[in-house]
Amino acid sequence: MASTNLTEQYYDLHEHAHPDGYSTTLGFWIYLMSDCLIFGMLFATFAVLGGNYAGGPAPKDLFELPLVAVNTSLLLFSSITYGFAMIAMQNGSKKGLIGWLILTLCFGLGFLSIELYEFHNLIEEGAGPQRSAFLSAFFTLVGTHGLHVTFGSIWLVTLLFQVGKHGLTEANKRRLSCLSLFWHFLDVVWIGVFTFVYLMGVLR
Amino acid sequence: MADHSHDHGHEAAFHATTKDYVIGFVLSVILTAIPFWLVMSGAIADKSTTAIVITAFAAVQVVVHMIYFLHMNGKIEGGWNLMAALFTILLVAIILSGTLWVMFHLNANMMPVKMDGMG
Repeated sequence: MASTNLTEQYYDLHEHAHPDGYSTTLGFWIYLMSDCLIFGMLFATFAVLGGNYAGGPAPKDLFELPLVAVNTSLLLFSSITYGFAMIAMQNGSKKGLIGWLILTLCFGLGFLSIELYEFHNLIEEGAGPQRSAFLSAFFTLVGTHGLHVTFGSIWLVTLLFQVGKHGLTEANKRRLSCLSLFWHFLDVVWIGVFTFVYLMGVLR
Repeated sequence: MADHSHDHGHEAAFHATTKDYVIGFVLSVILTAIPFWLVMSGAIADKSTTAIVITAFAAVQVVVHMIYFLHMNGKIEGGWNLMAALFTILLVAIILSGTLWVMFHLNANMMPVKMDGMG
């Protein structure tokens, strides 16, 4: 019937069986990759400016590695608890999902608190972003990561309410798996931050 | 058709198991702890060797996270996830190496010219 239609010869007009949320995760992944480019730029900036102290404090004088280690482990813990949340979701356990999400949120907020404490101390010591090119690049890079964690946490709270109100619907599952990608992606960026900013900074 | 939509549908995006997450977590803890220990204890006297070693640990840890936490493989979304990731890694590599190459050569080449002018 439609084979005579010229359009149909050249274009795939038939809807395939798309489950709800088909390719949303791919689209979200492509957004994350563009985010990755932003971080790539910020890392490049830090790599260029990271040694310009303008006679001010160097990473060695500022960074407390034990604190960074605590922060890193908080983020790692939040990654695995989010993983367990996803598994609870797969098993259809709403209670388990909400429990693990709340735990993930706690780790995320713990991470943010320590980061803000660190920033506060730096600024108190006169090592704010305006002190040197190194500190500008540092605050921009680490601050951008922190902002991402902040928005991830807000998103997480939103989904907690969504799941609480509407349950494990397909749409909520799709949202949760997008946030899963986002959250784990931030952990990957943090690997770069603790290696190149903190550990290499102290090594310099 | 049912098979087709299952392969490419969102279900495939989180085909996760507890085992995957636990393996990924244990590996990450090890791959994080060693670089911190290396830097904090100064176990390797030579700083540039330490830098190379911790960079290698970071690279391995990124791969571990991508496999065990982000569940990257060639099958999800018909391989487009992996393609996008590889393309991005290529772009980031060009950005980083290009920036460092240009900027640090700029430093090395511009300084003597400035000194000549002043002298």
